[in-house]
Amino acid sequence: MAELSVDHLLGIKDLKTEDIQLILETADNFKEVINRPIKKVPSLRDITIANLFFENSTRTKLSFELAEKRLSADVINFSAASSSVKKGETLVDTVNNILSMKVDMVVMRHPNPGAPVFLSKKIDAKIVNAGDGAHEHPTQALLDAYSIREKLGDAAGKKVVIVGDILHSRVALSNIYCLQKLGAEVMVCGPKTLIPKHIEKLGVKVEFDLMKALNWCDVANMLRIQLERQEDKYFPSLREYTMMYGLTGERLSSLDKKIVVMHPGPINRGVEISSDVADSDQAIILDQVENGVAVRMAVLYLLAAKINR
Amino acid sequence: MDPRVLLTDKGLEHTLNRLCFELIENYQDFENTVFISLQPRGKYLGERIEEIVFKQCGVKIPHGILDITFFRDDFRRSERTIEPNQTKIDFLIEGKKVIMIDDVLYSGRSVRSGMDALLAYGRPEKVELLVLIDRKLTRHLPIAPNYVGRTVNTLDNQRVSVEWGDVEGEDKVVLLNQ
Repeated sequence: MAELSVDHLLGIKDLKTEDIQLILETADNFKEVINRPIKKVPSLRDITIANLFFENSTRTKLSFELAEKRLSADVINFSAASSSVKKGETLVDTVNNILSMKVDMVVMRHPNPGAPVFLSKKIDAKIVNAGDGAHEHPTQALLDAYSIREKLGDAAGKKVVIVGDILHSRVALSNIYCLQKLGAEVMVCGPKTLIPKHIEKLGVKVEFDLMKALNWCDVANMLRIQLERQEDKYFPSLREYTMMYGLTGERLSSLDKKIVVMHPGPINRGVEISSDVADSDQAIILDQVENGVAVRMAVLYLLAAKINR
Repeated sequence: MDPRVLLTDKGLEHTLNRLCFELIENYQDFENTVFISLQPRGKYLGERIEEIVFKQCGVKIPHGILDITFFRDDFRRSERTIEPNQTKIDFLIEGKKVIMIDDVLYSGRSVRSGMDALLAYGRPEKVELLVLIDRKLTRHLPIAPNYVGRTVNTLDNQRVSVEWGDVEGEDKVVLLNQ
């Protein structure tokens, strides 16, 4: 019987293709569960999960919390803004304090890449990485793959372009690993300043012309332009970015095929994606949000199965 | 010891027919009645019962299949991860008379989980249990079936295998020693 080959979900890089398939197949069952009149199952009723968010998050945190509650787990929440981290406590101390309260699993977002890996070596609880710096965001990649599979039948053989700020994006990196493991072809597209050097070593295509990328792909995953990083001047102006890389209805309808449009949210309407595209039937942005809960339920369920009693 | 055949294809056919007539006797026109069969193996029995009832009285009874994985009480107690199956119930259970169907009643734990899982779809008017094989002496919970194909006395180290023509190639029920 299938089980995950890993004890923690730290990144997609550590997963085998079979692990990803198992998570997606299990998510199918949970998607059915969350569409029932009563959307809750008792599987994790003896498990306590701590959500440790050392960095701001709204939807990922909500999605995890909902997934945990739908599995009947007990949930405690922690956010760095209102905690002793501000008073100088170390990560391990903070987490050990929380673990003393008998927590079985930790869902963590942290600004430092590698924080979840570090933690998994120090403490005895299952860790789920909910985003670590510009490194990985595995559950986002899994839900993106799930959404592609749901829309197009299978990710294998599909061409996916990730557009935007690849340099700072953990979503991009996790997506690249995940899609490649599932047999999809991946291209990244964006201004030269936002494409990391040597990224083609990961086996992805690089394209600087959005129209060429759109003509090539089956799926376009539009990343958010991180307005908060505008100080760094990666491109001259937002207006120029939108002119060069914004996905508009006009660009979309000039293609001779219907591509699927994705966005991990939150969207900046009128910047990387125009309103008419975001609300069109080609966009599966809200499906991604729904699938996020099912995929996170699958991850938590499969990891919880590995907790020794 | 060689496997012992509890029901041959002919015997199984008679038993299935008798079970269906018992249902028809009790439910008559099957108004407001649904079948819910339990995954993974109850669905084959459910399909057969549905077919025979339709042949006998021309009523197409809504039939849902229910997976109980997430409601089981042995999650994290068994060595392996329990893999879920599909649930397919495209009607509401609220206020319905439910006939729950499973092939073998052993410890009663599956039926217990099944009842919990069922309640996620609403509050049924009543629930009855139909099983093909009732392993009488091995119950862990106070659960008794309403309709029984065959009652057998078995030991814990024995296993009852219900096989279907369209799945395993032959209709039969055998008792295996492990």
